[in-house]
Amino acid sequence: MLSTKQKLGWAIVTVLVLIYALFPVLSILMTSFKSPADLASGKFLPAQFVTDNYEQIFVGDAKDLFLPALWNSIGISLIATFIAVVLATLCAYAIARLDFPGKRIVLTTALMVSMFPVISIVTPLFNLWRQVGLYDTWLGLIIPYLSLTLPISIWTLAAFFQQIPWDLERAAQVDGASTWQAFRKVIVPLTAPGVFTTAIIAFFIAWNDFVYGIGLTSTSAARPVPAALAFFTGASQFEDPAGAISAAAIIVTIPVVLLVLAFQRQIVSGLTQGAVKG
Amino acid sequence: MASITMQNLVKKYDDGFPAVNDVSIDVADGEFLILVGPSGCGKSTLLRMVVGLEDITSGDLLIDGERVNDKAPRDRNLSMVFQNYALYPHLTVYENIAFPLRLSKGQFSKDEIDRKVRAASETLDLDEHLERKPANLSGGQRQRVAMGRAIVRDADAFLFDEPLSNLDAKLRGQMRTEIAQLQRRMGITSIYVTHDQTEAMTLGDRVAVLKKGVLQQIASPRELYEQPANLFVAGFIGAPSMNFLPARIEGNVFKTPIGDIEVPERVQQKVSGKNDIVLLGLRPEHFEDSKFVDEAKVPHGTTFEAEFTHTEWLGNQQYGYIQFEQDQAVKHKLDELAKDLDADEMPSQVVVSLDASSRIRGGTAANIWLDAAACTCSIPRPVKTSPATRRPVRS
Repeated sequence: MLSTKQKLGWAIVTVLVLIYALFPVLSILMTSFKSPADLASGKFLPAQFVTDNYEQIFVGDAKDLFLPALWNSIGISLIATFIAVVLATLCAYAIARLDFPGKRIVLTTALMVSMFPVISIVTPLFNLWRQVGLYDTWLGLIIPYLSLTLPISIWTLAAFFQQIPWDLERAAQVDGASTWQAFRKVIVPLTAPGVFTTAIIAFFIAWNDFVYGIGLTSTSAARPVPAALAFFTGASQFEDPAGAISAAAIIVTIPVVLLVLAFQRQIVSGLTQGAVKG
Repeated sequence: MASITMQNLVKKYDDGFPAVNDVSIDVADGEFLILVGPSGCGKSTLLRMVVGLEDITSGDLLIDGERVNDKAPRDRNLSMVFQNYALYPHLTVYENIAFPLRLSKGQFSKDEIDRKVRAASETLDLDEHLERKPANLSGGQRQRVAMGRAIVRDADAFLFDEPLSNLDAKLRGQMRTEIAQLQRRMGITSIYVTHDQTEAMTLGDRVAVLKKGVLQQIASPRELYEQPANLFVAGFIGAPSMNFLPARIEGNVFKTPIGDIEVPERVQQKVSGKNDIVLLGLRPEHFEDSKFVDEAKVPHGTTFEAEFTHTEWLGNQQYGYIQFEQDQAVKHKLDELAKDLDADEMPSQVVVSLDASSRIRGGTAANIWLDAAACTCSIPRPVKTSPATRRPVRS
């Protein structure tokens, strides 16, 4: 048990870390409520809270830029996450459970794929995609996103599967389960936290991507939000679009927060506790 | 209920190493068989072959006369208790026990399942814990849940894979008794893997001793102890283990490093005329402080003087240790045996059991008496001509 002094210490540290991490977010939030004239005021709080910026991106000038981009981002990220998690689950299960030649090669290849800087790949991909007709399409982004999300998903899930004792599956088989039943009734419930954690990480990676988003799209047919923000302009060329960008940044943060809150209960570690002794 | 027949079972791994080599055992209906041996002897592998978790390289496995080599574990209708319990952590104790029943869809109604689970939990004293998760249970309780999962369905046989090795000593003794009683009451064929002496000797109807995948001897505990088939079984069964003492025969006397021992009549014929070195296998309890030997018994043994390095007093018994100079002629043989028994080298000392009230202390010399009957299980064998491996006792 922590003593009062320790508790106080931890509380102070926690608050400091929270301020460090959340201050920029707060700053953006404040900026998003400033009127265009207020942007350069140098003050933290807006002189007057106005929702002009939000109106601009949802119903105003920037509507045609932002709303399709939001839709693209959600769609592309979800699809990429789903495919990555399904493939990675099967792959990681095989790596953790089966002994087959080339097991290490799969893992090292996965690691190597994620080693290449995105920026070095995007140019050749740009040429290739234009020739095969994937440029500026959802699929054209989902495929490179998989190259980002799959390696980390495979590694996290493989580590997770390895924690689950082999004997649980064997016990289930002896108890009368088929291989599939053992997987579904014993392994899947135990891996759920791992799968959710992986899914969230994969979603973040796809959601946050900027380089592929801006390099492989040209219209609102597939352009995701991070790339679309770069195209925001003020009402005139002398006007700073920072307000609208801040508003959009706040909006795109919301799904991520919701996602984490929704799956918070699933992301509990230590679920395998008590399965085996020793 | 079923009999289990293993016929020339072999398990070879990909590298060609035979973990189980040509093992044939008949387990009768209702029998309690123990598989015992040092770690790495293939006992757990053999058990997993029976239950179907390991493929059988060659040989036949019959359950009630039916060949089941190619059947999946779930079709063999055996239940198993794992060394680490392997409880399903996401399910409550109740659901853990009910798991095998729920898998056989349609076979049991909800009420039947409930009745069976409650019956099992009552047998194992788990009634208060049915709604808890395995993580919140103590080691002994988890062990009982694992047992409950095994007994809840009408399996043909129980298989135990070192089920007690994770418990502390006191609990182990208690659970051992419970398992013995449970098996007797239910009368179900059981195979029990262990490396524990006490479990091997007390639980089973018969004990099978394995070494490096090869069956050494299968017999009742008493027979194993009194008539071991070879040096390995002799050294493995019994705690403290049997003393192996080099001896040279001179006429009617075994010249040993700790003193001269008369050759008992029964063995005389066998060793007569030989002028060779032999190994005597002497159990600690065949020695006694000569002061505590009944007058009438003294002539039935040999009394000689030995110096004790130290003694261990355990309350109800006492052990004394006598160092001796190892004979180089048998050292190699004994070290080989020690390696088979999971030790580095055979200590060149004799452990003797003394009366608890004996006043012999370490560093003093005292007279000890050796029962001549001890030599029934002595293993005279010419070292030079002995074959490398098994050879039955003839004494």
